[in-house]
Amino acid sequence: MNYITIEPNLCKGCKVCITSCPKHCITLGDAINEIGYQYAVFVPGSPCIACGICFYVCPEFGAITVYKDEEETHG
Amino acid sequence: MIKHAKSKALYDTFERKGAGQQVSHYCPGCGHGTVHNLIAEALVDYDITDRTVLMSPVGCSVFAYYYFDVGNFQCAHGRAPAVATGVRRTLEDAVILAYQGDGDLAGIGTAEIVHAANRGENITVFFVNNAIYGMTGGQMAPTTLIGQKTMTTPEGRDALHDGGPIGMAEMLNALHSPVYIERVSLSTPQGVLKARKAVRKGLKYQMEKRGFSFIEILSPCPINWKMESGASRKWLKDNLEPVFPVKNFRDHSKEEPLKGQKSELMTGQQLLQLLQGDAAITEFAESSLQEEQYVKIAGFGGQGVLSAGMFLAKGAIAEGLEATWLPSYGPEMRGGKAYASVILSRRIIGSPVVDSPNVLIAMNLPSLLAFEADVVPGGHIFVNSSIIERKVTRKGVQTVYVPASDIAKDAGLLAAANMVMICAYLACTGALSIDTIRSMIPQSVKQEKHVQANLKIIDASLSYLQQQGLISSETELL
Repeated sequence: MNYITIEPNLCKGCKVCITSCPKHCITLGDAINEIGYQYAVFVPGSPCIACGICFYVCPEFGAITVYKDEEETHG
Repeated sequence: MIKHAKSKALYDTFERKGAGQQVSHYCPGCGHGTVHNLIAEALVDYDITDRTVLMSPVGCSVFAYYYFDVGNFQCAHGRAPAVATGVRRTLEDAVILAYQGDGDLAGIGTAEIVHAANRGENITVFFVNNAIYGMTGGQMAPTTLIGQKTMTTPEGRDALHDGGPIGMAEMLNALHSPVYIERVSLSTPQGVLKARKAVRKGLKYQMEKRGFSFIEILSPCPINWKMESGASRKWLKDNLEPVFPVKNFRDHSKEEPLKGQKSELMTGQQLLQLLQGDAAITEFAESSLQEEQYVKIAGFGGQGVLSAGMFLAKGAIAEGLEATWLPSYGPEMRGGKAYASVILSRRIIGSPVVDSPNVLIAMNLPSLLAFEADVVPGGHIFVNSSIIERKVTRKGVQTVYVPASDIAKDAGLLAAANMVMICAYLACTGALSIDTIRSMIPQSVKQEKHVQANLKIIDASLSYLQQQGLISSETELL
């Protein structure tokens, strides 16, 4: 199973990952993080193919980590 | 397993932003972070982090040194390619990245990028073009589009008033030397992946010592474009890309890397030969210099002030010393103010500027008035008393009055009054051997009759100094 994690306090909510994901696995959460942004979240159970596009388009450092063939434990 | 994660070429936390900080200073949706990530990934994949030196520009990405765990120079505005050149010439194995924005590279640094590219420096330049000055708040940049509204073009950029957007990739593609030139765009995920490839090519070619690579990256600036991140990427695609075509301009990687003659450093002997022209190299006495000499020679243009300074510096080099010569003169060839700052030392000299001389050679009155007060206590002042009637008024210095113009005139060469002053200075202080000066004259003076006149002037000068009791009578005369 593939999934990504998004560090809540490293995301500035620019939504570029959301619009770039070919499988629509990411959405904007409701919560506001420490630096004042609504941050993106991975939709649990969505059909992520670990393509890494979200990782490459993300302008932040280390906000997104992509896991391939692993049980989702980070939520 | 982890397939993609933060690159190890980026610091875990950005201490210089404040303890424990992990978030960048870039605005939401800014393209810089994406470019940083692509570069950082490649540095780790190629295992070159430890030998990479990054040139930070002036602009939003000035803080690249907060993030990249590599060597760094924060360069003066626009000068990243020039600093990169210096690093290239110094560190043969370094991987050198110049990271610049459009204001930095296409504005103030236009000359530096063109000439670094033209020299084919083996460096990789990442040019992040967002068509606006970001850091200073959205002013027009050289790459701003016609009609694009910015803070300084509120009605839109006007081609007749402001010129048109500069295509840097096109401009550099007119040059012979660059190896790789490509323009990419961050407007779409596909574009980002192409940018990733270009970044890696640019680094790979440098590692293969192929030469100059230039990657122009069209990048969104949502804040200064006053758009949402998503809209900024669409605007980038619809407006920037038609003006700045996204394509490969050049890839000469298939051709053999340019091979040049690697110039070796000159030996001391070769350097001496060069300084002395075709003249035979003379063996000079070992220097007996005791104290570093900070000399100011001043007069009016035509008195041989600058050449006297040069003569001293060459004499010092001939004796194996370090020397600097820094001329200062007005636009007039003759009659204007002129002075030379000369430093003679046993150690490498940091700066050639002489603010507080310990030797002042004043050839005319304005020079004495201008610099008398600057001489350090215990220093020497040599006064051309032929044309300076005034006496030195300050205390704590040793003053020597020499009628230099008269001595030179009597010996048949008034223009060599500077030589009289040099003799007086050297004979009284022992800074350089008079024999060194004698040996240099045939190599420095072109006409034979002037050689003889200069040699005669040296003897006349020493005789005068002996008569005045300024030097001992044992000082050797020819």
